[in-house]
Amino acid sequence: MSNQGKMDCGRRRLIVATAAVGGVGVAATAVPFVASMLPSERAKAAGAPVEADISKLEPGQMMVVEWRGKPVWIINRTPEMLATLSQMEDELADPPSAKSIQPEYCRNNTRSISDKKPEILVMVGICTHLGCSPSAKFKAGASEGMSASWKGGFLCPCHGSTFDFAGRVFKDKPAPTNLDIPPHKYLSDTRILIGEDTQGA
Amino acid sequence: MATNSNFEKYKSDGSLLGSVLEWVDARFPLTSMWKAHLSEYYAPKNFNFWYYFGSLALLVLVLQVVTGIFLAMNYKPDASLNAAGLPVAFASVNYIMNDVSWGWLIRYMHSTGASAFFIVVYLHMFRGMLYGSYRKPRELIWVFGVLVFLCLMAEAFMGYLLPWGQMSLWGAQVIVNLFGAIPLIGDPLSIWVRGDFVIGDATLNRFFAFHVVAVPLVLIGLVVAHVLALHEVGSNNPDGVEIKKVTDAKGIPLDGIPFHPYYTVKDIVGVAVFLMLFSFVVFFWPEGGGYFLEYNNFFQADPMKTPAHIAPVWYFTPFYSMLRAMVWNFFWLDAKFWGVVAMGAGVVILAFLPWLDRAPVKSIRYRGPIFKTLLTLFVFTFLVLGFLGTKVPGYYFFGYQPATNPDGSIIFSPLNYLLSGDLIAQAFTVYYFLFFLTMPWWSKIDQCKPVPERVTWK
Repeated sequence: MSNQGKMDCGRRRLIVATAAVGGVGVAATAVPFVASMLPSERAKAAGAPVEADISKLEPGQMMVVEWRGKPVWIINRTPEMLATLSQMEDELADPPSAKSIQPEYCRNNTRSISDKKPEILVMVGICTHLGCSPSAKFKAGASEGMSASWKGGFLCPCHGSTFDFAGRVFKDKPAPTNLDIPPHKYLSDTRILIGEDTQGA
Repeated sequence: MATNSNFEKYKSDGSLLGSVLEWVDARFPLTSMWKAHLSEYYAPKNFNFWYYFGSLALLVLVLQVVTGIFLAMNYKPDASLNAAGLPVAFASVNYIMNDVSWGWLIRYMHSTGASAFFIVVYLHMFRGMLYGSYRKPRELIWVFGVLVFLCLMAEAFMGYLLPWGQMSLWGAQVIVNLFGAIPLIGDPLSIWVRGDFVIGDATLNRFFAFHVVAVPLVLIGLVVAHVLALHEVGSNNPDGVEIKKVTDAKGIPLDGIPFHPYYTVKDIVGVAVFLMLFSFVVFFWPEGGGYFLEYNNFFQADPMKTPAHIAPVWYFTPFYSMLRAMVWNFFWLDAKFWGVVAMGAGVVILAFLPWLDRAPVKSIRYRGPIFKTLLTLFVFTFLVLGFLGTKVPGYYFFGYQPATNPDGSIIFSPLNYLLSGDLIAQAFTVYYFLFFLTMPWWSKIDQCKPVPERVTWK
């Protein structure tokens, strides 16, 4: 006990160096475990485009197809529905869809492939706030529980965001951007391919 | 030195059992642990009603572990659809309910146990606030307790996904997407948590692993730390005085009684009453009016359709109200992010209570009118926030219909503001945080009464 209180600095340095190298080893071992929780190769590959037949979709109707585990809505808008789009632009958060996600060919007033079928809207039915699926509130006025000035569109049941007939979000609502438009293209007059477009393919 | 070893201290009385015990004591601290934690752990003799909830929380933990093990024997964490078109996980819960012998009982015990756990733990925490049980030297007991509460919330949240009903799916969807609100790392983080781009089979499987293995291990470890820290410093009591200050010649507190048999027997009475209430719910009211088991969760998970009204289970609703109360964008960050911050801070701020409270006395019995008033308001606020968290956004109290302008906007009038659930939730969220943040100030200036030397006892 004669050297009590006297620190062997060389030995202390070796202990610190050993502990540091060991710590690096432990951190490196954590990498595969953390990485194993990322989407697997199978999950990443499961994004195949889906085809939808819209021949039976009457004006004013909406159909849902599943793409990448999410609902994709196809809506055949009536001329009256389309007419509402230009009436409320000053009440929208992002009317030109500048901040929102859509293919370049859908960045227009109707948010559709306007040179082919401007009335057909293809849209991911997931709210950009926290991922709930909004409900269709197509009837104007208060008959579906909306306010008297409601012109028709969508309401997210979770936190109350409202969207017009082009999926554009109204001002002062929790959703930060308009609903997403997925890449899509027409295979024929009545068949749409969702998840792939002419530019991407 | 040597006389302190168990080998020296605990000798056989000559009987076979005594000899076995001597053999064990020389190799494992059995008798000394029994004494330290039960037969010679001296607890204050003036424990009252509020002191039942610690041991009851331990009982519910055991109930949840045991029923959980038996549920895992028949539950399948699989989101794929079976031949009948039902998700396998959802169908396996139906199988437990309908086809497994007594499966319904085990499952209702587990689902009721989750709510019972939170009831008991909320009352246990409130006891700590009443009598200042978090004050020096019990800060670490309280901090371990808050960590137990966090684990419990994680456990409840992940367990709720497993039945794979509509509320399971959409509740998890909303909460996991909350992580997406964190700047820069948000989106990759929520994808990492889900293991997929949407809540799916990968999410269900990992939540099952966390719910049955990882979180319970941490939870049990923290509970052990909580109790060890308690037994190191000794229990507080309704008078908030230290019983260790006044001891007899052997150093035993004059106001202390051995935990066993005195408090084990007392706690058995509490257990009996608790089990009566618990059994009533399990057998006659397992859905708890839609609060213990939400009706929408009896429908299979449908990723294409959100239920018209989604709300978390009741025990999360006070914090969910705080999340929804944040609707303003501060700085360059979205309101969504501040909602997450408010919800997280609402829980974490509890851990700082030992250092926020600067009152010269511990127990409410000797604290002044400021504390009594503010604590009463705090409880009221917490209950109203909890109530509002179960309601849809835009809720008005007492079925009130706000008067609106022709364009649908709400007219400025006192009733339209005073009865609005959204505005009340915002005001009460502010109060919740102010209660804690201004505590260093008001707890110091409160008029306290003199504290007795020893515990009061009729």
